[in-house]
Amino acid sequence: MQSTPAVIIGGGQAGLAMSASLQNQSIDHVVLERSEVANSWLTERWDSLRLLTPNWMTRLPGYSYKGADPDGYMRSSEVAQFLTDYAAAINAPIRTGVEVSSVTSNGNSHIVSTNQGPIRTHAVVVATGACSTPKIPAIAKDMPTHLRQMPAIAYRNPQSTEGPVLVVGASASGMQIADELSRVGIEVTLAVGEHTRLPRTYRGMDIHWWMDTLGLLDDRYDEVEDIARARRLPSLQLVGTPEKRSLDLNSVGETGVQIVGRIVGMNGNTAQFSGGLANHCASADLKLGRLLKSIDEHVSDHGLEAELDAASRPLPTNIDSAKTTVDLASYKTVIWATGFKPNFPWLNDDLLDNKGAIRHDGGVMTQPGMYVLGMPFTRRRKSSFLDGVGPDALELAPHLHKHLDTTASVNH
Amino acid sequence: MTNATATVDNGVNVEALLGAREALTGARPAAEFKWSASNEWINGAHSQSTVSGFFGLGEAQAHRQPYTFDTDHPEVFASEDNGATPVELVLAGLAGCLTAGVAAVAQNRGIQLHSVKATVSGDMDIAGILGIDSDVRNGFSQIDVAYEIDADGSPEDIQGLVAQSQKRSAVFDVVTNPTNVQVRVV
Repeated sequence: MQSTPAVIIGGGQAGLAMSASLQNQSIDHVVLERSEVANSWLTERWDSLRLLTPNWMTRLPGYSYKGADPDGYMRSSEVAQFLTDYAAAINAPIRTGVEVSSVTSNGNSHIVSTNQGPIRTHAVVVATGACSTPKIPAIAKDMPTHLRQMPAIAYRNPQSTEGPVLVVGASASGMQIADELSRVGIEVTLAVGEHTRLPRTYRGMDIHWWMDTLGLLDDRYDEVEDIARARRLPSLQLVGTPEKRSLDLNSVGETGVQIVGRIVGMNGNTAQFSGGLANHCASADLKLGRLLKSIDEHVSDHGLEAELDAASRPLPTNIDSAKTTVDLASYKTVIWATGFKPNFPWLNDDLLDNKGAIRHDGGVMTQPGMYVLGMPFTRRRKSSFLDGVGPDALELAPHLHKHLDTTASVNH
Repeated sequence: MTNATATVDNGVNVEALLGAREALTGARPAAEFKWSASNEWINGAHSQSTVSGFFGLGEAQAHRQPYTFDTDHPEVFASEDNGATPVELVLAGLAGCLTAGVAAVAQNRGIQLHSVKATVSGDMDIAGILGIDSDVRNGFSQIDVAYEIDADGSPEDIQGLVAQSQKRSAVFDVVTNPTNVQVRVV
């Protein structure tokens, strides 16, 4: 049987960051990738998608963006190229086309079974990403059969989408898709639940620059009040465009998108939407106001007023008289932009919680020698960002190293 | 069948209701009602709601007297149990509305009622309100209303009363269909 000290499962940003971090520790390992490096960036993103973070916020262990447009936003094909270049630069020991079917543990020894045969190892890093299996609400089963339903990752472009369209979910994916469809004249209804509203820029600077400067993305898993809640917060309502425009319910409303509340029921062709939309919007506005206030305080504390634009707050979300029912008889498409769910059929049930998510403490799994990376808030708020997985990998690699030392002494 | 209404008395003035329907069909603004309640916190989960006035028929109206309702949480929630839980009041409201409807429909259909009893129950997984599981809703997952009706009518007639009552019930509509709710601080 093949044998190696450590196996990394997944050849995306998390797997490569860990590969670089293990190389720093001189730990032999392999990276198993089911298809190609950065596969999902090439195959599971819509055509117009760009990163939500500016290019300069693309920092991985030993590698970062060096291009000509640090304030721009990469297209997904550019992200894939960036990661491919990273893999080459760090000379990552990648084996592509290797699909893992199970991981079994016996004391300090783990067997990773794959379509290319089993591998014996003392450490396993799960780096398959948080965005592979769409979470579709149960209500999808009650949708009339004439509708074509798809998760956001199956959406490609307006040309291949027949309207009218119901888009469910108002985080980055749902907002971008609703906006793009509406701008070419397709009739869109957008169902909005809990969401995180952010302007693209504030006082002339990118909102991610502000969050980076204020250290908000560095909040740690062992310091936040309610880590379970922090891990399920909706993604940011943002789009990366060359003109740096903001994307919020006011802007999509102006393009003609009909905004309704969270979808709560189906009755024949009639979709029912929560009457709690006003509260979801008010909560998002309040939270946005708190963030902008903390930015303003930072500006005045550091005497930066002269260098920055004046504070201009976005208008409150304007949703008057949202419908609570919509007849979907004439609709053609439903796009579920409702997030992702964990999907680890190849891991033992005792490693997972009752929702199927990996149980871990800052990336350290319950089985000694097993680690997970790249999940929302693994160790810090930015853990699932391209820019955030690096620090997690750099912190977990020494832990893994120590574990290998322990098992080596036990094995003596 | 309408002649039977003369001998049937469920305590419902059907003529007045039908008259109101006719009058309001020609005077739609008078049909715009606004119901209201006031509420004041007392202590812990205990608060008291009062209903007295409402608006309708184009002017302010008043109940014969104000009515108060105490709501609280039970002792298993470490509260003092000074009244019904708010969700129980919702169930009571649903039952009250449906039963009023049964009586009115029976009167209109000439069916004499002898007794009408309803048992209402709402299933709730409190993992939702406690924030244990974000996939569990706060409210009821299911509401069951069981009617025991003794009336001068066939089982089909009685089924028909209950069906028509749901069709015209305000509270049934409130709990089965979404309503925009605006909560403000004034």
